[in-house]
Amino acid sequence: MGLELFFRKPKNELEKGGRGRPRNAEMEYELTVACPACGYETPQSALIENLHVCRCGHCFRMSARERLMYLTDRGTFTELWGDMESEDILGFPGYPDKLESMRITSREKEAVICGTARIGGCACALFIMEPYFMMGSMGTVVGEKITRLFEYATERELPVLGVTVSGGARMQEGTLSLMQMAKTSGAVKRHSDRGLLYIVLLTDPTTGGVTASFAMQGDIILAEPGATVCFTGARIIEQTVRKKLPPNFQKAETMLQHGFIDMIVPRAEQWRVISKLLMMHRRKEAQG
Amino acid sequence: MRPAYDIVKAARSKDRQTGLNFINGIFKDFIELHGDRRFADDPAIVGGLAMLQGAAYTVIATEKGRDTKSRIRRNFAAPHPEGYRKALRLMKQAEKFRRPVVCFVDTSGAYCGIGAEERGQGQAIAENLMEMMALKTPVLSILIGEGGSGGALALAVADEVWMLENAIYSVISPESCSNILWRTTERAAEAAESLRLTAADAYQLGVVDRIISERGGDVQRMFAALAADIADWYKKMRDKTPDELTEARYARFRRFGARPFDAQEAEC
Repeated sequence: MGLELFFRKPKNELEKGGRGRPRNAEMEYELTVACPACGYETPQSALIENLHVCRCGHCFRMSARERLMYLTDRGTFTELWGDMESEDILGFPGYPDKLESMRITSREKEAVICGTARIGGCACALFIMEPYFMMGSMGTVVGEKITRLFEYATERELPVLGVTVSGGARMQEGTLSLMQMAKTSGAVKRHSDRGLLYIVLLTDPTTGGVTASFAMQGDIILAEPGATVCFTGARIIEQTVRKKLPPNFQKAETMLQHGFIDMIVPRAEQWRVISKLLMMHRRKEAQG
Repeated sequence: MRPAYDIVKAARSKDRQTGLNFINGIFKDFIELHGDRRFADDPAIVGGLAMLQGAAYTVIATEKGRDTKSRIRRNFAAPHPEGYRKALRLMKQAEKFRRPVVCFVDTSGAYCGIGAEERGQGQAIAENLMEMMALKTPVLSILIGEGGSGGALALAVADEVWMLENAIYSVISPESCSNILWRTTERAAEAAESLRLTAADAYQLGVVDRIISERGGDVQRMFAALAADIADWYKKMRDKTPDELTEARYARFRRFGARPFDAQEAEC
């Protein structure tokens, strides 16, 4: 019965959806996204094709899964610990509802995805933080997944690529979130002491407890153009010092000048640069 | 139960003993060492050498200052990156000469300033966390007043963390938390309860290992008791090998938020 329906040809125009169906309506009325930097309105489909970068170079926010698509070789990603979910450990006001709504809107279970993949043929472990889940804030699950990833990579002698975006430590899990800064730092240190490579890609915004832990601990630190990278947010600093902040304060370009990052890499170049770096760090026994 | 916000007020009280008082009240012959060897000397963090029961220690403390003038000079114990770098330099020195490290922590947090950001506040804290995790000498941190987030943690990655009964340890100030949740700082008292920032909470969560009694405000008795406790701690730690120390320190922090789930791999 199912098959018959499948092969049945439409008998008249109405079954196809009608003669008058406007064919390219979606194209004509396609949503555009205005760039906050230059004001240019890019059609959504063009934006997706251009990795969410405006023609002026402004990088729009991007979900972790979308990043996975352009950063890793097709079909090589294996997710790890994708089922871990946060709980309201402290009984914090509004936290269970917040988690629930974030799971629905972001379609992720937590604010980081971890796994293994190949980039330019080189195997690596990677984590990508998710801006659409509580702005990538680090609670116990984020800390645990990142720690496990470094332990996993240390055991298997894999390099790690980390893409950061975060509002910092997650207030709703109190000091247990704070402890994740120490925990992840310990795991990064062990990985590093085994002579293994850790590349960080800082994206907008990387702040607070994440900047003050694994985001600044890479052997090589890359950043996206225009990304804000800081410990304390600009608004708080302005309130504290009561002075006008210098232009481009806390932008990746300024961080580069001050010596805190190695290079700024546009999205379209990231895969190429990262695969070169991985290739240059391939261990003797794995080469050939 | 005492309201959490009363403890917050006690922790911030101007009458509270500051870091230098603890160093001088517990140890003998304190010799202060200055500078991070990179840019400056940060008066918000003091450090140096001191003696206790015949053993030399590296002691490090955040210092709030006793009067208006010294509080301004000390920047109210809000360190710049240079303070954290000085602390790390002294810890590395302790490692080299096989001395134990004792840190006294009392800060509302790392300083939120333009220069502090430009010189890498985040990077300085990140480096301390990473290096302290692997420091090959015993480390003890004691929270004596405010334990303000990453700025406090950067001196509290230790083999044991103790906390005074009227100290607090928090990921964010109750005022900022209230501002984020309810768009007003008026409800800080409620936020303080939710954040679980008292010594009793921190002990229950396993974040600190011991609560130190303030002996009803009898400072000299508290210092004497702490001196004995610190000396006992060092006796216990003295004979451990560097590997035993770092393994146990890693395990101490590794357990926060660890879950009983098995590794689950899923194709994507």
